[in-house]
Amino acid sequence: MLLEGQERIPSGCAVTGVIDRSGKGMTGEDMIRSIAVMHDRSNGLGGGFAGYGIYPDYSDFYAFHLFFDDGAAKTATEEFLGRHFEIAYASEIQTRKIPEITDEPLIWRYFVSPLSRKLESSHLDEREYTARCVNKINTYIKGAYVFSSGKNMGIFKAVGFPEDVGRFYKLEEYSGYSWTCHGRYPTNTPGWWGGAHPFGFLEYSVVHNGEISSYDANRRYIEMFGYKCNLQTDTEVIAYIFDYLLRRKKLTLTEAAHVVAPSFWSTIARKSKEDQEQETLLRKMFSSLLITGPFSIIVGYPGGLMALGDRLKLRSTVVAEKGDKAYIASEESAIRVIEPDLDKVWAPAGGEPVIFELYGGRK
Amino acid sequence: MNGTLFIYPDYEVVRDYDKCIACRVCERQCANEVHSYDPDLKKMFADNTKCVNCHRCVCLCPTHALKIVKSDNTYKINANWDNQTINEVYRQAGTGGVLLSSMGNPKPYPVYWDKMLVNASQVTNPSIDPLREPMETAVYLGKKNAGIERDENGRLKDTLPPQLKLSVPVMFSAMSYGSISYNAHESLARAAEELGIYYNTGEGGLHKDFYKYGKNTIVQVASGRFGVFKDYLETAAAIEIKMGQGAKPGIGGHLPGSKITDAVSTTRMIPKGVDAISPAPHHDIYSIEDLRQLVYSLKEATDYKKPVIVKIAAVHNCAAIASGIARSGADIIAVDGFRGGTGAAPTRIRDNVGIPIELALASIDTRLREEGIRDNVSIVAAGSIRSSTDLLKAIALGADACYIGTAALLSLGCHLCRSCHQGKCNWGIATQRPELVKRLNPEIGYRRLVRLVTAWKHELQEMMGGMGINSVEALRGNRLMLRGIGLTDRELSVLGIRHAGE
Repeated sequence: MLLEGQERIPSGCAVTGVIDRSGKGMTGEDMIRSIAVMHDRSNGLGGGFAGYGIYPDYSDFYAFHLFFDDGAAKTATEEFLGRHFEIAYASEIQTRKIPEITDEPLIWRYFVSPLSRKLESSHLDEREYTARCVNKINTYIKGAYVFSSGKNMGIFKAVGFPEDVGRFYKLEEYSGYSWTCHGRYPTNTPGWWGGAHPFGFLEYSVVHNGEISSYDANRRYIEMFGYKCNLQTDTEVIAYIFDYLLRRKKLTLTEAAHVVAPSFWSTIARKSKEDQEQETLLRKMFSSLLITGPFSIIVGYPGGLMALGDRLKLRSTVVAEKGDKAYIASEESAIRVIEPDLDKVWAPAGGEPVIFELYGGRK
Repeated sequence: MNGTLFIYPDYEVVRDYDKCIACRVCERQCANEVHSYDPDLKKMFADNTKCVNCHRCVCLCPTHALKIVKSDNTYKINANWDNQTINEVYRQAGTGGVLLSSMGNPKPYPVYWDKMLVNASQVTNPSIDPLREPMETAVYLGKKNAGIERDENGRLKDTLPPQLKLSVPVMFSAMSYGSISYNAHESLARAAEELGIYYNTGEGGLHKDFYKYGKNTIVQVASGRFGVFKDYLETAAAIEIKMGQGAKPGIGGHLPGSKITDAVSTTRMIPKGVDAISPAPHHDIYSIEDLRQLVYSLKEATDYKKPVIVKIAAVHNCAAIASGIARSGADIIAVDGFRGGTGAAPTRIRDNVGIPIELALASIDTRLREEGIRDNVSIVAAGSIRSSTDLLKAIALGADACYIGTAALLSLGCHLCRSCHQGKCNWGIATQRPELVKRLNPEIGYRRLVRLVTAWKHELQEMMGGMGINSVEALRGNRLMLRGIGLTDRELSVLGIRHAGE
């Protein structure tokens, strides 16, 4: 059987996310309760979490989370890391042995910072340098896979039901101001841990429910800019698209949302002249990054979460607010289970981005 | 035996005398003078040797008494020396001339469109009903590689070079006034305007009457420079530099003097009745750096307000050529495959030079992406796009839009008799004889073109909806939507697709 990345595996899913806009920390436990309600939207072949603000003591370092198939992959990776980064701290990620989660790879965490001499001679900015190193490890070191690479954030994922994955990673021990979570329902998979979601790239993380029909158009376009879609999953290509639009083209989140889920031409024609110009320009410039087919995603980034659904709203998304907290989930029940008494609940329109950020804005 | 041997005609006119009423319509309709009436016998007769099989008489016979059949006359069967090959030797031995042909390559080369199958959604991803949901077919052609700039309010500035907006990714390909008639041109121009697309003048200049369709007109600058002057360039929506044509890569054009009427002569700015010969190369372009100069000369002349298209024939190293063009300043590359049509070409060249558009398009799109310059240009595929599925498959392979020529002429009545070079088109298309030209009514012609493209658009929308794609932009280069059937590994790898079942 082919491994994930050697063939394309469509999957359905559940997503949920929460942010405390005052910046107060939360453990991952609420996310576990939230996703457990949507148990039937997963099939035990993948689950995962992303937490932001969880590594305040190492917030200046890129936190690399890695899966290794074996010791040789670990040795090769550490050699590579040593050549390119200063490693501030390295340790195995603490896990809880439970019967529901089996066949775990070696799971390690490294807090790293680019070697200044190397960075200088590369003529790249720090993030691009780091991004390229991550791509190199994932493409060229057999049996090694970086599945989280942002600062002061971390992704935790595995093959299994998401609520079990949360317990496995001891998420009650982490405290973050925002979390996202994903339960996966792939149609078939050999059960590779790297294939679970969230998918992260530098500080961006994406959880995604759906199967996009534009995949190969998007993939072939984004690969022009140095990205390598090793996993062949929708989530991976969506994460790269956001990295490209936000980090490299410096678009705003709303502009990026207008690229991937633009209004129909007929809708644009009814908007104000100014909006017409801006949205038409974005569609003309980035037409190959338009995503079609069902999707509902939560994009996590330092200081915020963005919910976005496809323009026909072929996947459900519900958002809600309660005091400082804001919630996003595939189903309202997943929000109600952790906060029954909400100030406001609504279902955003297809293609309409909903952005919740810390009161201080993006970090 | 110094003259030409008698060669038995390929096709025979069969008349059902029980139905024939000797009304002599066939006689009047045939510019080749196939039909004649014998007043003594009160009967119609046909001279098969003159018949080009254009079906004009078949279509207009009021009692449907006529049909054309393939002759069963044959030389001794020979798999190597077939009848046509033998006849061509006889013709050349009789005339000493180069064999001429028209329209696209009719030889049985593989048609890759017919060896690719299209995907549809099932279960994991819903199909979309185009009758209930928007299904977008509009595209913009031009460079997309502009930088992001903002004004003082933080709003994005429009930094994009000029674009062509198409309501549906189809354009009418270059067919010159001269090779086709005034009425054919008028039909194409009016249809392009109504459809929100573009037609292309070819290298024959632009008749004064058609300047009013300028915003839907692509004007061509070819090696003969016929009809090129300031107003011509300024009137157009875009300018196309013709480097080559799929039907006859490597050679120029030849419009016989008999087609250079007063109006054609004025439009082309050449003497009346004299053969119009466009050179094989542009004599100011012997390499890629020269092309760049012409691209920028034309941009300078039109104040950088119009996209410049460079059209090339699909030849063996077209991917590398396209890469050069993408760096030459051109906004759009048009690639014309070897099954593309022509008003006249040497038979040997039409039938043997160049490669299929499917392979050329796939390798060009792949190459430009590998080099990271796909955004520098849009790609327009041409050279026998016969239906909405060819169109869809071309887009999935990587085309931004397609040119259609033969299909457009068919909708005007052309029956692919491949005799355009004789100038006696009974359908009023490939002729300048006034009595024939007037048979093509532009009022009817343009409506038939509009209906054809509209029908294709509906079909494109249906198939896109089936795939769960509601914007043609998400189909472009989406090769996972295609699978090969009965193709070798090498063919699949050039096309960049997998085999059915994989």
